Amino acid sequence: MKAHLSRRYLFSASHRLHSDAMSDQENQETYGKCNNPYGHGHNYTVEVTVSGQVDEQTGMVCNLADLDSFIEKEILARFDHENLNTMKEFAQEVPTTENLCIQIYEIVQRGFPHAHLERVRLEETMMNSFEYAG
Amino acid sequence: MVYLTRKAEFSASHLYHNPAFTPEENRRIFGKCNNPHGHGHNYTLEVTVKGEVDPRSGFVVDLKQLKEVMHREVLDAMDHRFLNKEVPEFLHQIPTTENIAIAIWQRLVAKLDRAQLHRVRVYETPDLFVDFYGEL
Repeated sequence: MKAHLSRRYLFSASHRLHSDAMSDQENQETYGKCNNPYGHGHNYTVEVTVSGQVDEQTGMVCNLADLDSFIEKEILARFDHENLNTMKEFAQEVPTTENLCIQIYEIVQRGFPHAHLERVRLEETMMNSFEYAG
Repeated sequence: MVYLTRKAEFSASHLYHNPAFTPEENRRIFGKCNNPHGHGHNYTLEVTVKGEVDPRSGFVVDLKQLKEVMHREVLDAMDHRFLNKEVPEFLHQIPTTENIAIAIWQRLVAKLDRAQLHRVRVYETPDLFVDFYGEL
C-alpha cells in the first residue's frame, strides 16, 4: 500500500524582493512594500510531503526521525533566522517564496534518500502559500 | 466531479512495537513511540468523497449518511481506545498513522453508497498527517 506522509516545520527569515534587472521604479511597482530596502520578515511554514510503500515491518513510509533530522540539518539550520538576500542560494535570484519553495524542493529531492518527494508547500503567511512538485 | 470533505476528531492511545524486532531495535527504530505503556493523540480525520452532483438533491453525497458511516465504522471503534489492544486491525499490525489511514479507508470504502471515496487524511498532530488514496 502506498501512502503520503506530510510533515510541517517552522522557520523565520527576512528578505527583500528586488531585482537587479529592473529599474528602481519597476522594482517599486512590481514588489510594492516587499521592495523596502531594509527588508522584512516572515514566519514560514514548510510542509514536506513524501510518499512510498508502507513498510510491513515498521508500518511507515519512512522513519519520521530520518525526515526530521534531514530537514533540521538541511533546511531549518540553513534558512532559520537568516536574511535570505545574503545567502549564496539567492545570489542570482530574488528570494520570493516561489523561489524559496523550489530551492527547498531541490535540496530535499537531491539529499533525502528514504522516500519519494511528492511536493513542498511553503506558507509565507496564513494567507499566502506556494507549492512545488518538480 | 465535485469533492466533499468531512472532518471528525478522535482521541486514542497507541505504541509502536514489532515483536519480530529485538528490544534494542524497537527502541532505535521507534524511539519514544516504543514506550510500552503507550501514549495518545488527538487525531483529526478528513474523509474526502467525490462524485457528480445529483440534479434532484444538489448533493454529491448525503452528508448525514457520511457522518453516520464515519461514526459507526471509525469513531465508535477508535475514539477513546488503546488502538493496539482494542482495534482488530492493530492486534497484529503497528498503528502508525499510515496504517490508521489505510484501516479507515478499508472500513469506509465498501460502506459508501453513491459517492466514491477519494482520500482519507489522518492528522496525528497538526504538524503530521498521512494521506491514503487507496493505492496499492
